[in-house]
Amino acid sequence: MQATIEPTTSFEVSDKGFYGHFGGAFIPEMLYPNVEELRQSYLNIIADPSFQAEFWQLLEDYVGRPTPLFLAKRLSETIGATIYLKREDLCHTGAHKINNTIGQILVAQRLGKKRIVAETGAGQHGVATATVCALMGLECIVYMGSIDMKRQQPNVDRMRMLGAKVVPATSGSQTLKDATNEAMRHWINNPVDTHYIIGSVVGPHPYPDMVARFQSVISEEIKKQLFAKTGSENPDYVVACVGGGSNAAGAFFHYLHEPSVRLVAVEAAGHGVASGHSAATTVLGKPGVLHGSRTILMQTEDGQVTEPYSISAGLDYPGIGPLHAHLFESGRGDFYAITDEDAIAAGFQLSQLEGIIPAIETAHALAALPHMNLKSDDVVVVCLSGRGDKDLSTYSQYL
Amino acid sequence: MIEQPVIDIPTETHGTTSNRIKSLFARKSERLLNIYFTAGFPHLDDTVAILRGLQQAGVDLVEIGMPYSDPVADGETIQKSNGRALDNGMSLKKLFDQLAACRTDSTGEPITVPILLMGYINPVLQYGVENFCRMCREVGVDGVILPDLPLDLFLDEYASTFREYGILNVNLITPQTTDERIRLIDQESEGFIYMVSSASITGSVTGISDPMRAYFERIQAMNLRNPRLIGFGINNHETFDSACANANGAIVGSAFIRHLDDHGTSPESIQAFVETIRA
Repeated sequence: MQATIEPTTSFEVSDKGFYGHFGGAFIPEMLYPNVEELRQSYLNIIADPSFQAEFWQLLEDYVGRPTPLFLAKRLSETIGATIYLKREDLCHTGAHKINNTIGQILVAQRLGKKRIVAETGAGQHGVATATVCALMGLECIVYMGSIDMKRQQPNVDRMRMLGAKVVPATSGSQTLKDATNEAMRHWINNPVDTHYIIGSVVGPHPYPDMVARFQSVISEEIKKQLFAKTGSENPDYVVACVGGGSNAAGAFFHYLHEPSVRLVAVEAAGHGVASGHSAATTVLGKPGVLHGSRTILMQTEDGQVTEPYSISAGLDYPGIGPLHAHLFESGRGDFYAITDEDAIAAGFQLSQLEGIIPAIETAHALAALPHMNLKSDDVVVVCLSGRGDKDLSTYSQYL
Repeated sequence: MIEQPVIDIPTETHGTTSNRIKSLFARKSERLLNIYFTAGFPHLDDTVAILRGLQQAGVDLVEIGMPYSDPVADGETIQKSNGRALDNGMSLKKLFDQLAACRTDSTGEPITVPILLMGYINPVLQYGVENFCRMCREVGVDGVILPDLPLDLFLDEYASTFREYGILNVNLITPQTTDERIRLIDQESEGFIYMVSSASITGSVTGISDPMRAYFERIQAMNLRNPRLIGFGINNHETFDSACANANGAIVGSAFIRHLDDHGTSPESIQAFVETIRA
């Protein structure tokens, strides 16, 4: 299988790193050389045949790609439309996150970096980063909010078993946002030998574009698999959950310029968008700058970043990737906000209809299906971004 | 209240306006001391008292931090002061209110020392860049340091507004900044260049190492048009001297925040701190 990085028009990142009004590289001068080095080299590195060969070999032999596109018959009957599940939960380490960490560790090697730093919220990106660092023999440091470390102890143990150093982020709200701040500070303090593997389509340009390209394998496979099953590579809808938005970016990527395919992004409403405990960024946020890019951001009137809430530790990020902010503003994407309660119910529904326990993040995407006014002949692909093993202690409270 | 406008709106190219920072560097070029503190720390209403204390102690410039929830270029000391200031209820609106009368105060000694505001771009964007610049001019702020607003974005989107209101935008350089980029920054800067002493966040470095000296000498040899102040890691007399030997002066931040936290905000205490730096 070969990567096809297709030329795109209106949803392609600009030279300066913008998608419409969103994106850019709002970084302190201390990070300028690192980010500039990456910006100047990432496209050439990715296009290099030796990179391509190694990337695709690892995706096939190590990650287990292509992941299946599964026709969920009983769910389809229940929803009243044809529902396919893109099984990213079957990737090595249990989620789509590893598509990106494989790509970035190969970039880091080619830049001559000796050490990897990463942030993690729920721990999935931290595990995926620790995994590829073990595979390549690079030192790995993962920042994780000290509150998240308590909530996600099994993933902390996984990272440590893989040889990573997990550092608690004790600043601010001690969650993903602060872990990201700490990882950026670490990068500022170690600019020459360290590469920062961001886990989502966020951060300064070129990160959102680079991560989207590595995740674009998801929609590349969906197109081929759907064509083989239905005779058309285009569904009516592609549905994915959005925290920062990396699985959504990957699932949407090759459909961005197919107007017949509606792109559905599902955010976490937490206890409800008006409850004060929510992570529905496009409902509650306004334009602002966080972690190096201009995006839609949850913040106070004074521009202080507010702490989002969701039952899912992978969706409680106060911003979204700049591509998604552009999809929202331009109307190219449909955005839904799903409550904790509805997500949990959808997680149980999929488990009992199809024998697949989804991550709670992913369950938000499934929970949007009944709200989409689907017709019986609609074909829908849901990106099943991760498996639910990590969430059993949360799910078990609802048994 | 009669406001004496110190800054004229420039009518020609930038760089020709008078401004307290420019006047300062025109009359003094050695051993300048710039001290940073966070607005609203340790207490919400300490801002003007600390400012006055620093002026009385003979500090050359004062940098007032606009607290932010996510100060990514700052180390633990300044992060914590930002957090406490926000908990105290500090905001840009409050800061401008506090500074409103300081230049013309008839009850105390008016503030004449050049003032810079240092902070992150998001609160400024929410306040509105033009409103922000207008208020800076109104209350007598002379310059701004926004580390997460890179030069190219500043030039593309905000430079004309800053120029219209006579507010200087101070840029940073680091040991990793290429000579070519330093030349660009020098060409586009007014007031002074903020030399970050090493690849680091604030408050994380102690002392001046050999690679730092080599970097200082490299920049010295470039004969830049702008004066330079060295910041990050300047926390005592020895490091201040070392910085002054290689630039026009230095910036002290985290060490002063710790001093305020430990010893309070009285003029005597501030005087004592400044004396230990200058010695």
